[in-house]
Amino acid sequence: MKITLEQVDYVSALGRLALSPDEKTKFMGQLDDILKYMDTLESVSTDNVEPMAGPVELFTPLREDLVRPSLSVDQALANAPSSDGSSFVVPKIIE
Amino acid sequence: MSHLYEKTASDLAGLLRSGKVSSVEITESVLSRIESLEPAVHSYVNVYPDLAVSMAKKADEDIRRGTAKALTGIPIAIKDNMCLEGRKTTCGSHILANFRPPFDSSVVKLIKDERMVILGSANMDEFAMGSSTETSCWGTTHNPWDIERTPGGSSGGSAAAVACGQAIVSLGSDTGGSIRLPASFCGVTGMKPTYGAVSRFGLVAYASSLDQIGPFARDIRDMSLLLNLIYKHDSLDSTSVEIGHSDFTSFLDNSVSGMTLGLPTEFFGKLTNEDVEKNLSEARRIFEKQGVNFVELSLPSLDYGIAAYYIIAPCEASSNLARYDGVKYGHRAEKFDNMIDMYCRTRAEGFGQEAKRRIMLGTYALSSGYYDAYYLKAAKIRTLITQDFKKAFESCDAILSPVAPAPAFKIGEKIDDPIQMYLTDVFTIPVNMAGLPGISCPAGFSRDGLPIGMQLISSHFQESKLVQLVSAFQRETDHHLKRPAI
Amino acid sequence: MEFESVIGLEVHAQLLTETKAFCSCTTKFGSAPNSNTCPICLGMPGSLPVLNKRALEFTVLMAIACNCEINEISRFARKNYYYPDLPKNYQISQYELPVAEHGWVDVDTSTGFKRIGITRIHMEEDAGKLIHDDRKPVSYVDLNRTGVPLIEIVSEPDMRSPEDAAAYLKSLHSILVYLGICDGNMEEGSFRCDANVSIRPKGQTYLGTKTELKNMNSFKNVQKGLQHEIERHENTLLGGGNLIQETRLFDPASGTTISMRSKEQAHDYRYFPDPDLLPLRVDLELIERMRKSLPELACQKKERFVRDFGIPEYDAGVLTAERSLAEYFEKAVEIFPNPKSVSNWMMTEFMRFLKASGTAIVSAPVQPSDLAGLLSMMERGAISGKIGKVVFEEMWKTGKDSNQIVEERGLVQVSDVTEITDMIRKILLDNPGEVTRYLNGKTQLIAFFVGQTMKATRGRANPQIVNEILTDELEKLRN
Repeated sequence: MKITLEQVDYVSALGRLALSPDEKTKFMGQLDDILKYMDTLESVSTDNVEPMAGPVELFTPLREDLVRPSLSVDQALANAPSSDGSSFVVPKIIE
Repeated sequence: MSHLYEKTASDLAGLLRSGKVSSVEITESVLSRIESLEPAVHSYVNVYPDLAVSMAKKADEDIRRGTAKALTGIPIAIKDNMCLEGRKTTCGSHILANFRPPFDSSVVKLIKDERMVILGSANMDEFAMGSSTETSCWGTTHNPWDIERTPGGSSGGSAAAVACGQAIVSLGSDTGGSIRLPASFCGVTGMKPTYGAVSRFGLVAYASSLDQIGPFARDIRDMSLLLNLIYKHDSLDSTSVEIGHSDFTSFLDNSVSGMTLGLPTEFFGKLTNEDVEKNLSEARRIFEKQGVNFVELSLPSLDYGIAAYYIIAPCEASSNLARYDGVKYGHRAEKFDNMIDMYCRTRAEGFGQEAKRRIMLGTYALSSGYYDAYYLKAAKIRTLITQDFKKAFESCDAILSPVAPAPAFKIGEKIDDPIQMYLTDVFTIPVNMAGLPGISCPAGFSRDGLPIGMQLISSHFQESKLVQLVSAFQRETDHHLKRPAI
Repeated sequence: MEFESVIGLEVHAQLLTETKAFCSCTTKFGSAPNSNTCPICLGMPGSLPVLNKRALEFTVLMAIACNCEINEISRFARKNYYYPDLPKNYQISQYELPVAEHGWVDVDTSTGFKRIGITRIHMEEDAGKLIHDDRKPVSYVDLNRTGVPLIEIVSEPDMRSPEDAAAYLKSLHSILVYLGICDGNMEEGSFRCDANVSIRPKGQTYLGTKTELKNMNSFKNVQKGLQHEIERHENTLLGGGNLIQETRLFDPASGTTISMRSKEQAHDYRYFPDPDLLPLRVDLELIERMRKSLPELACQKKERFVRDFGIPEYDAGVLTAERSLAEYFEKAVEIFPNPKSVSNWMMTEFMRFLKASGTAIVSAPVQPSDLAGLLSMMERGAISGKIGKVVFEEMWKTGKDSNQIVEERGLVQVSDVTEITDMIRKILLDNPGEVTRYLNGKTQLIAFFVGQTMKATRGRANPQIVNEILTDELEKLRN
């Protein structure tokens, strides 16, 4: 196996996904199959090959530092599952 | 007389300009087609008759005033991952079920400025992750040619709608084949333009370095008109490339004699489906008849396209989809113990299986200790794929290949076998990896009457060559004129 | 055993741009919660970042001031972690390829100049703010600060004491403020500092187990926090205990540090190149343009003040510690070209009132032209130095200028000999006993008569003239 149940636990915690025991077992098997398929890449020699992050061979454009109107607070909060009219509300963070 | 919804955009534009028909009439014709076919096909997540009719009225005013543009008054469907101000944009996901963006995506702005008529949001695989439109939380879209089969994906709704007259043209997005595959399965013409040619601003991201918006149409002329509209630099997208283009319709009548098409041995070696093979040979014969030369090519790195893609796309997706956390918008779990628990439950409830699988895969591949073996390795292979293509285009104008290994498969056939589903995109994925333009155009039918597409790929920003070649092909064939009997 | 400490600092400075790093929302501080937000900084689906040109220019300016090598090509990366003040749940930052590397600054410490290495300077975006409800189990998220451009300046572990660290921090602060790219406000969080600290037996070269120290929001607290942490390390090691690598929070109330181990787990940031942004190019033209716009920094100013104005090195150091103070000095000298006198007054009265009131220099009620006016009145002899101090206090309190105060309160110095003579004659007549004792040899009583005269003129009489006339008049009485 390329991936263990502990790793599935670790990864689902990192990705903030509460998986059921069944899902964990299922994903472990599927991820294992997929990762085995990825093994074909090991045979490709990539010495001295530059990695490619994207297809555009240009440099990032720069924007002038000019203020444009923001959304209204109501617009900003319109889609919030929980808000008090001025802020997004979340369960208390224990520092 | 045929129905308005059956006509092409360019025919309708002519009728509109001559005053023989109004945009409201066209829109109503398409809306009634939508109403009658939705139960069977289900191309749409949301249909907006109110919006469509009011846009059609405005278009009619422009036409009367003489200020109409090429596509003014033509009804269009928008894939459900392109932000439409004030209207639900859900990406086929429960986690965005009620999300109403306070802004328009840049392509929607262009469509509104053109005074086209927006019909609604087209169904898609959840977050564009899939090849069958089965992962949509709103239920699957059915192929109008055979409703037991999938329309392909992820832009299945956009392709099916155009195929059966539920839209005149539509927009989809293509990350690994999501325009070209459904175009092939549904018998329409669809293009993924060069990465950077069409703005991604307002396109809900799946894999940012691979995603690209593109047009669906019933023929190459309509597709060129829509491509003209969306092929524009946008200062809101840092990956948008400032490159001018001529009117794509000006290439429609150009001769293709003397052009060279490449045939990648790696692709044709994989073909096992007789129908696909037969149609491609026939396509080759039609091109040859018009004076096109053929050359065999070897693109060895393309064999690693799928493996590399299924590292890079999930890595980017795992990060792009992190924002769906129940804080600012979208679904939030009702019960939770604390902040972290709220995140975990919200995301577990909001995402479907395929999205979860790709988040898991991408998170794993980027996690400490695995970056070099997976992401970095795949990014290097991406360079090799791009180099292979670059070399190939030294000896040909475009590459001819299949779109998919076989015609449309049955709904449910591959949904539980991720690798089989992923392999559907073997011929389309390398194009996204290199950021090239690729077009899918009807090339014929299988013995049981299912459409089969062919793919043409050109080098960066050479879409005009694809338009020229497909137009030449459509002059000699009538596959693109056939419509499903639904 | 004698230990030495090894300290490195990570400083975050908010850049004074008009708009955020990747969107066009204002960076204005103090607006209503969530009023400075847009789809981009809210992390809405489909939104994309575009880099602010001025943010890059400011970063390059800092890199030049810190003697860094500027990478022609750098790259933005995503730092992935979940926190409600981070809307995308990743921060756009730089990882493998920062804008600048390998720099240094010379820091003025009590034991002389010390060169502190700068590992890297990179650009990133700030997070929002959380406000915790006192009564309900909820927190409120304000995303106004989200996306404000930051630079992170990472030092080499070159500091050996909390004093070194404070001196380095002050020097970075001074550079940022002199460059006009950061307001340097530690309380409001526009200048923040985390420290990495470890200890080792003196003479050793290995690095001990380090802790990362956070939440030190003043220069004093940085020093206090490090001092406490170093002592904790020493006590642990001397007591035979083991240190663990962890993040600790400085608690200003108790002056101690608290472990944050609970939050420490799973810091797996999964950095990868941000596909929404292309590689960042800093070309030579930009570097040259920034180099030309580089203002004079504190240490250069200090040298010039000593050289050109002839003021003591210590005074020059104080006056150049802050850009606004140095600018105040130079403006005052421009109007009243006696630098020593301006410096004396600034070092004493001005600083005393400034510190007591806690006012920012730019908004001090006595502006450079006001101070220059007061000093020239004194030079002309219109008022005495003593009255000058009274007038200064009045100026500070009322914001009126010196002329007005002197006039309103009738403080003009009396130098009219006849007027003073008349007054003195009257005083001598009123105090015959003191006159007799004076004439009998008790000459110290001259001070009494001076005092009486000053009292009669409410301090306005020219003391030199008073002395001369008094002696004359008393001598006349001897005959």
